[in-house]
Amino acid sequence: MTNINMLKLNAVNSFYGKAHILNDISFSIEAGEVVSLLGRNGAGKTTTMKSIMQLVKPKDGTVHFLGKDITASPTHRVAKMGLGYVPEERRIFTDLTILENLEVGKQPARDGLIEWTIDILFDLFPNLKERRNNRGKELSGGEQQMLTIARTLMGNPKLLLLDEPSEGIAPVIVEQMAETILKLKKEGLPVLISEQNLHFARIVADRAIIIESGSRKFDGSFEELEAQPEIRDAYLSV
Amino acid sequence: MELIFAQVLTGLANAATLFLVASGLSLIFGVTRIVNFAHGSFYMLGAFIGYSLMQVLPGMFGFWFSVLLAGLAVGVIGVIVEICVLRPVYKAPELFQLVATFGVILVIQDLALLTWGAEDVLGPRAPGLKGIVRIFGEPVPKYDLAMIAITPFVLFGLWYLITKTRVGVLVRAATQDREMVGALGVNQAWLFTGVFFLGSAMAGLGGAIQLPKGGADLLMDFNILASIFVVVVIGGMGSLPGAYIAAVLISVLNVFGVSYLPSSTLVLMFVVMAVVLMVKPYGLLGREEVAGEHGQVGEPERPIKPAGPKVRLAVVVLLAALTLIPLFGSSFLSVLATDIIIFCLFAASLHFILGLGGLVSFGHAAFFGGGAYVAALMVSYANTPMELALLLAPLGAGLLAFIIGWVCMRLTGVYFAMLTLAFAQLLWSLVFQWDEFTGGDDGMVDIWPAKWLAGSTSYFYLTLILGVGGILFLRHVAHSPFGYALRASRDSSRQAEATGINTKRVQWLAFAFAGAMAGIAGGLFVFSKGSIFPTELEIARSFDALIVVFLGGVKTLSGAVVGGASLEYLKDQITRFEYWRITLGIIIIVVVILAPEGIVGTARKVGERLGWVREQEGLR
Repeated sequence: MTNINMLKLNAVNSFYGKAHILNDISFSIEAGEVVSLLGRNGAGKTTTMKSIMQLVKPKDGTVHFLGKDITASPTHRVAKMGLGYVPEERRIFTDLTILENLEVGKQPARDGLIEWTIDILFDLFPNLKERRNNRGKELSGGEQQMLTIARTLMGNPKLLLLDEPSEGIAPVIVEQMAETILKLKKEGLPVLISEQNLHFARIVADRAIIIESGSRKFDGSFEELEAQPEIRDAYLSV
Repeated sequence: MELIFAQVLTGLANAATLFLVASGLSLIFGVTRIVNFAHGSFYMLGAFIGYSLMQVLPGMFGFWFSVLLAGLAVGVIGVIVEICVLRPVYKAPELFQLVATFGVILVIQDLALLTWGAEDVLGPRAPGLKGIVRIFGEPVPKYDLAMIAITPFVLFGLWYLITKTRVGVLVRAATQDREMVGALGVNQAWLFTGVFFLGSAMAGLGGAIQLPKGGADLLMDFNILASIFVVVVIGGMGSLPGAYIAAVLISVLNVFGVSYLPSSTLVLMFVVMAVVLMVKPYGLLGREEVAGEHGQVGEPERPIKPAGPKVRLAVVVLLAALTLIPLFGSSFLSVLATDIIIFCLFAASLHFILGLGGLVSFGHAAFFGGGAYVAALMVSYANTPMELALLLAPLGAGLLAFIIGWVCMRLTGVYFAMLTLAFAQLLWSLVFQWDEFTGGDDGMVDIWPAKWLAGSTSYFYLTLILGVGGILFLRHVAHSPFGYALRASRDSSRQAEATGINTKRVQWLAFAFAGAMAGIAGGLFVFSKGSIFPTELEIARSFDALIVVFLGGVKTLSGAVVGGASLEYLKDQITRFEYWRITLGIIIIVVVILAPEGIVGTARKVGERLGWVREQEGLR
């Protein structure tokens, strides 16, 4: 196989109405890599995620996934190709049971990747197993967060987009979340994870991309970031 | 006792049709959030198509095969409508699609007239089920028993599909968050189309299966519309078991109503609905609606501004032109202009509550017709002079709106719309069935203006002053502190509450005010025609105003007036054709697709793009 990136953004510009949110965002993700997208509230992390999923259609620039141009493709087609998206607001189906939520996310297995089954996911998230017939609205915030990840994994994604998984959940659950992401990494699943929490990002990720006001300010390893404390101080609230 | 049992059986048999059709409507609404006014038309098509098929397919097998085929055919028609008419407008603001479905009603009416003619069609009897069975000595048609037996299987089948299959899970997920379903790799557009197929097919089945009992005619689309809306709302929108319970409740009550209170039959259904919604605001088995949870709110509204000097000048020129009509135009033109002004005031009053208040009323005709009837009753029974009657019309309509508003205010969204529809229908059936007092179907005649205003010219000037004055007053209130409070309550009721606005009371008062203004239009109407009939209280009248407000542009102040004038003029022009409905229907559909922000809103966008109109600041 030639050396193509898993995911490649090239000078992506996105708008909400007339508001210019993303300004020439470029970066790429390689196979097996866990990358953290860091930035303050309103920096454009969620819009970056949505622009990859084509939930927000970039006005300019391209998004390539596995070498194919997916810019302006319908979202469901992007998801079918193997981009798994876990939204920040979780957006679980509150009227559906856990099992039904997982059913919605289900997609056929892909060659050469592990097939996520309900049993494997219940091993990964034991809490969900106990409550499998409960409706989404009866779950705690942490359980909802786990369900939304499990639901996306049911689609056997080739790359996972995790939008602020540690937000709004108890510290003990954040720890579990970190362990889960490390397990996924061990399975060889590449992950793009957006975070405000540098500490959390450093535990799970290999590389940091920092954005501020919709522009990329840094792309490199955590060691490199450490060597430039002024960047950390300028763009991350510590 | 035996009789009562037989009556219950009749009620259950009638409930079968009602349930089949209503379940389709409920399904479509539950998933797509589209209030499909054309559902009654699908039912009618099912009946006619089923009838035609039964002419060629013989025997018992032929009969039931025809019923199934009719369902499938209507399902396909539903898919065509969904793809051609509704898909282009899914992104439009909430409830905008209902205008498109209204266009579909008109098109189907004329197509049915072209295909099957104006004559009513007598349905064939079902082979093998022609006779009666005696149950406790009372005769019960065999076909009734067959329908009673079939319905639970249909209910179970639908229930199984929705709750137990993968498709059902996807459909329910899409009901809640279609974007997320798409982000998980499901092509939700086809899911919607599938639901539209199933829902329409249910309507077609219902139409075909009732042929041996009711036949087919060109009025059955509107005739069933009110009932199925009532059933869906009582049951809870989107709930199939709820629809079944409600269908049985309504049908059985109706059978008893016919026997024991014959003059109440029309009212009864709406009384039941009003009572149920007052106790259970979201229907028997419904779920609470949260406004905007389905992501259909659309773009944020641009703040409306008082008209600039250019627009004011244009209005003055237009008014000057209007005052010249009787001098230079024919008396026919004066009458047409009178009609248009009255209709514009009526539409502007609806726009006030719908556009500025964010409260969609499906029953605004209650206040137009209400005002008209108040004036007519005062003149007929108390010899009230015209001047006083014209004053009492808005007071009466306002009081009516005040009372109805108090009950409806506890609901929001589509449920609010439905409850207003129920009250409007309640009023209509009251007027329709209370012959001695209101003249019933024959209406009230001989209600002419005072001597000094007799003649189309002088009455035109009265209408011009009161109508235009009313519209300007509505605009003025929109820019008053009360108007600000109303818009604040619409845009963010919590924020408004936090700043000390009693949002419910503001909306309630606005509803009453809009009702009073519609009452002025009604009062003007009755004296311009010299008569009033229950048709002015009908659903169709409320829909006219709704269509005008949406077509003109909900988010613009002048939308209702521009839309009102266009539609009334258009109607005058094209009702001269034999097949005017199909023409008007297609025009409506085309406008909806090409101008999803209404005529005024879209014209402004085009103007901005061309640089003719100054752009407003974008939202940051």
